[in-house]
Amino acid sequence: MSADADIVGAVAAGQAPGTAAAHVALAVLLVLYPLVASDFFLTQIGGYSLIQGLIALSLMLLAGYGGMVSLAQITIAGVAGYVVAIFGVNNSGVHGFGWPWWVLVPFAILCAALASSLVGWISVRTSGIYTIMITLAIATASFYFAQQNYSFFNGFPGYNGIPAPQVLGVNWRGPMPFYYLCLGTASLAYAAVLYGQRSTFGLTLQAIRDNPRRMHALGFDVTAHKVFAWFLAGVIAGAAGVLLVWFQGRISPGTISVGTAINVLIIAVIGGIRHPIGPFLGAVLVVLLQTFAIDIVGAARFNTLIGFVFLVIVFVSPDGILGLWQRFRPRAAREAWTPEP
Amino acid sequence: MTDTTRPMQETSLRPQGPTGRQVFGLLGLVVAAVLLWLIFAQWPDWLDAILISKKAFLSAILNGLTLAGLYFLVASGFTLIFGLMRNVNLAHGSLYLLGAYIGYVVTDWTGYWLLGVAAGFIVLAVVGIAIQRLVFRRLEGDDLRQTLVTIGLSIIAADLMLAVWGGGTYQIATPEWLDGAVKLPVVTAVKSNGTAVYLTYPLYRLVVLGAAIAIGIGMWLMLARTRIGMMVRAGVDDREMLAASGVNVHAVFALVFAFGAGLAGLAGVIGGSALSVAPGEDVRYLLASLVVVIVGGMGSIPGAALGALLIGLAEQIGLVYFPTYGVVLTFVIMVAVLAFRPQGLMGKAR
Repeated sequence: MSADADIVGAVAAGQAPGTAAAHVALAVLLVLYPLVASDFFLTQIGGYSLIQGLIALSLMLLAGYGGMVSLAQITIAGVAGYVVAIFGVNNSGVHGFGWPWWVLVPFAILCAALASSLVGWISVRTSGIYTIMITLAIATASFYFAQQNYSFFNGFPGYNGIPAPQVLGVNWRGPMPFYYLCLGTASLAYAAVLYGQRSTFGLTLQAIRDNPRRMHALGFDVTAHKVFAWFLAGVIAGAAGVLLVWFQGRISPGTISVGTAINVLIIAVIGGIRHPIGPFLGAVLVVLLQTFAIDIVGAARFNTLIGFVFLVIVFVSPDGILGLWQRFRPRAAREAWTPEP
Repeated sequence: MTDTTRPMQETSLRPQGPTGRQVFGLLGLVVAAVLLWLIFAQWPDWLDAILISKKAFLSAILNGLTLAGLYFLVASGFTLIFGLMRNVNLAHGSLYLLGAYIGYVVTDWTGYWLLGVAAGFIVLAVVGIAIQRLVFRRLEGDDLRQTLVTIGLSIIAADLMLAVWGGGTYQIATPEWLDGAVKLPVVTAVKSNGTAVYLTYPLYRLVVLGAAIAIGIGMWLMLARTRIGMMVRAGVDDREMLAASGVNVHAVFALVFAFGAGLAGLAGVIGGSALSVAPGEDVRYLLASLVVVIVGGMGSIPGAALGALLIGLAEQIGLVYFPTYGVVLTFVIMVAVLAFRPQGLMGKAR
């Protein structure tokens, strides 16, 4: 029992047993991954999983620590993507102000963070299950708006031919540099979330998630904390949006469609929304499924497969893969300690 | 004289002026008067210049009302399910689309449109009971997981419907007695030779509007006057107390879910006859239900009616007067309501 309690305590503090060793091992694996991976595995699997994981991480931050399940994270990433397309360089012949990358990227992330704060400010006026409704409505409305509007979003075709910058003589869209760029961003965000969950702000946010009324009575500004969490999530989603638009080289309303919005939620839920590693696990699984399940079930019925996987996860383990792992591991550990009857 | 002045003095002594209710009533009267004038008066040129033409304006209003009727049918089931079971059924749009496809198949097969409408309602009601029994009963009390499950269901449903019916667009054939247009007693313009041009409008759309109003009134009567309606209202307010007082809440849940899903299916057939049936419509009507319910107030049928009216009108007026920003108008309404009345116009604060 004490092993159980220890694990629960450690997980509550954001630390699985042997966390440091596991983190080092994972970091070494990820850094050495390009040695064994082909260009396809480096970009289409590695880089893309990290980007999807980042977007899902921004959702995990809101849902896991703030109790706010958002379906608008891809919309927020899309804000950064569209800013890069409009103020940077594109081939579509619309806008394309050609700002240098060191102005453009911070500006895009700032825009995403502000958009996220706005979404947060709108949705924290209600709570709980309503957040899903409101954010889904915002995501859907944004998708239709981007599709209809030509003066800002260039309508249905969106923007094509958006290059990643060349900095220090490196083409950052090349397989190896792009992978390391994604890995660096993801590690930074992951470490920041791990640090943030134990900061004063992180602890306050988790307390608000558990009992907003009591925190309000204690004199904490519940709304401000929640909106700031949205701002931070917006920074992560915005960074992911910039990477996403460089990865695809284009952005269109399809990038922020309802399907992709739900996909982010699926990734986070499949991976587990109690720990920041969950979204990345989920992203790897979903990207692998997306890439290879097509050979098994055919491209047409892929969504049925992913839907079933999602349903099974929600039914069997509310905490996703992480939850499965934690559910079976303590039992194994306990069995090792109990003497045979 | 003294008799008449005394009450006036009394009212003037009251600390505040007219109550909020009086102000809104007065505002409503003014708006109604302006609308009546807009509908029946001969428009001056400057008004034509602003609002394109009287015909365009009135068509937008009528289209908005019809769309509001359709939205009301879809959203009322959504709001009932939400109010009673506290789960956001994000597969509601899929129920709409499935109803539309079933209506198309049955109408095409039998040749009777009314059979298609009935099939849409009945099949979806059965599907609703199945979902309630197989999914929601198992996840009782966990609202978030119930909602997540409906997302999974909507993904699978959309994919399977794509597999069965393909990506094409269908139009459900309406019967002959509903075809054609009616001439409304509203003059849109007067020709130079003095003959008046009357506004014509498709009969079917007026029937949709009438059906929505009839169903709305029927639903209100059922909720307000019958025993089952009483149980549903009690369940919306406090489901634990309802269960404690000896009512089989699961039966009530199943009934409401069946009715809500059936209404979505019915709306699918009716909407599929007025507009078209295609993949992607599920998301459109899910968005409509969400916004209508957020604006109108969660769990409230009059709220759904009011929300549907606002959103339907906003969408159609937006379509005519600022084409690419129509969605923004809907969005602004939603944000404004959330900013000033987070529980929705008719919702109760929880």
